[in-house]
Amino acid sequence: MTILFLITAVVILASAVMVVSSRNLVHAALWLVSALFGVAVLYALLDAGFMAVVQVVIYIGAIAILFIFAVMLTRREMRDTGPGLNKNWWVSAVMSILTFGGLAYLLSSWSGFSQTSADIPVGFDAVTALGEALISPDAFVLPFEVASVMLVAALVGAVYIAFNPRIGDTRK
Amino acid sequence: MIPLSWYLILSAALFSIGLFGVLARRNAIAILLGIELMLNAVNINLVAFWRYLDPVRITGQVFAIIVFAVAAAEVAVGLALVISVYRNRKTVVADELDMMKW
Amino acid sequence: MNFWKDPIQVTADWLMSLFTGWGMAEGLANILINLLGIVILITIMLVIDILLVWIERKVVARFQDRLGPNRVGPFGLIQPFADIIKLFIKENITPVGVDKVVYNLAPILSVFSVLILWAIIPLAPQILGVDLNVGLLYLVAAGAIGTLSIIMAGWSSNNKFALLGAFRQVAAMISYEIPMVVALLIPTVLAGTMGMLGISQAQQGMWYVFLSPLGALIFLISAVAELGRAPFDLSEGESEVVAGFHIEYSGMKFGWFYAGELLHAFTFGGFWGILFFGGYHFFGLENWGPLVAAAIVLFKALIGYWVIMWIKYTLMRIRIDHMLAFNWKFLVPLSLVVLMVTALLNTILRDASTWILGLSMFLSNALIAWITIEILRSRSRKERENAEGLAQPTMEAAQH
Repeated sequence: MTILFLITAVVILASAVMVVSSRNLVHAALWLVSALFGVAVLYALLDAGFMAVVQVVIYIGAIAILFIFAVMLTRREMRDTGPGLNKNWWVSAVMSILTFGGLAYLLSSWSGFSQTSADIPVGFDAVTALGEALISPDAFVLPFEVASVMLVAALVGAVYIAFNPRIGDTRK
Repeated sequence: MIPLSWYLILSAALFSIGLFGVLARRNAIAILLGIELMLNAVNINLVAFWRYLDPVRITGQVFAIIVFAVAAAEVAVGLALVISVYRNRKTVVADELDMMKW
Repeated sequence: MNFWKDPIQVTADWLMSLFTGWGMAEGLANILINLLGIVILITIMLVIDILLVWIERKVVARFQDRLGPNRVGPFGLIQPFADIIKLFIKENITPVGVDKVVYNLAPILSVFSVLILWAIIPLAPQILGVDLNVGLLYLVAAGAIGTLSIIMAGWSSNNKFALLGAFRQVAAMISYEIPMVVALLIPTVLAGTMGMLGISQAQQGMWYVFLSPLGALIFLISAVAELGRAPFDLSEGESEVVAGFHIEYSGMKFGWFYAGELLHAFTFGGFWGILFFGGYHFFGLENWGPLVAAAIVLFKALIGYWVIMWIKYTLMRIRIDHMLAFNWKFLVPLSLVVLMVTALLNTILRDASTWILGLSMFLSNALIAWITIEILRSRSRKERENAEGLAQPTMEAAQH
């Protein structure tokens, strides 16, 4: 368990570093896939099987593919020009290290920092509980519906923004 | 058994790496990649809190699922914007998209 | 415990006593036994895969009024081994300008995405890798990895045809994932679980194909599209993009794509059998023991595979815009309607007997099918009239 966690953590962090540092954007997207797969493994370690599978379906099956498509659609030649990072990258590095330090300091001062995991009651099915929580009126039905409305809005918006009127209707 | 702190530190590190990507990359798509990393760091936290603090009430997982929906919507709209910008300006480098600057 | 009652558990217990007898720690022995189980399952699947090559070649030959391989060994049974030896001794060409790591990773991922599916297939109540409570979503997740392998192959090959083929295939796979997920929700609603074992057990009285024939049909169509086989084989349309995403692969790297495709078709045949044709249930024959039950599942998978081959070698390739329009304008709405009706009837008739439930489900499906066909007929008549009305003047103009 601990070994598995450590391996996964190293894979996630290494892949994340490659995502932000690799100059080839398709490689960056593939490293993102590796990092997200690691996160799915973490969910499985946390007994959240549903989240793990949904992570693979949504992030690897949809979002990563979308990224790769977008990278291919936004360059005329299939190679990269210019540096990957802007010239103030060291400011960003300092800022992100400071962020990490601040977060670590804040978390370590919290009383529940080194808590061990709570016991899941016998016979408790997280998937059933999740499904019921998402549709029961005294739990999360409103956020759930708002999220679905937001997805529809995003769908319509994305189609409208990316629609090219010049090549729009191919049937003419 | 792994203490909660390991997950929190991991997600803080992932968040910082994502932040670095957002701040330092020139390409708009790479910036979106960094945002994905940050959202995932948040999700690790939410699921870890669910598992370690209150597994019976499913709040953490519900929040994580809403973050999934937000991430999907964000990527769809963000990449549509990037493609639209590319079509008009023939570049996706964030520094060169300075029409609004004077 | 008897070996014939529960072969996996008995073997595992025997191995455990053997390993601990050698002085191995129990945890380590457990991990070792699990690894051994995985290796054995994968080996069996790959051996079946080799035989699938023979079956595919034999069946396509019969469809095309030929004999098929019949020289090497009895009925040409050794032919696939000859094929494999040929693939192995071919030169492994790596074209200039490919992205080496991604290029070599793609065929591995392609086979991997199929093999991991067998972890959740219940061959018998006692013979299954793991009974996930999100089993059907796992199926979709494995499909996502398959999509990724195709786009990796297409992009890394540094070839325009490969990229075009990959784009087409990925667009098709992402679109057809939606009717597939909705079709997968129908057995979920009927059985009340997403676990494959639960769905198998729930079909003891009545196979779901009788409760939801349209669901079975939609699943089959979207599975064929997901596989990228004819009539949806746009990714490798030989006359258009030469061979699609695996144009630059040779030797055994191509062999892995080919093996992955065949095993994928067989696996989806198996899923079709498990989700809609009763899993390991076959008129009480499954009570003879888990090995018989496993044989039943594999037999049903072969039948499903045969149906997929039947479709492949009968229909011609369709155009990409037709394919996507068929999905978004026809399959998605239809599957949503079927799901709604199934869920409603299932809730209303919760306390009714199996026969009333089955009959009303079947009739509702038949009604939906009839309405759909009527709508299609009226629409196509209108379209035909439009086309004829447009065609008439131009014909006259041509005559003048």
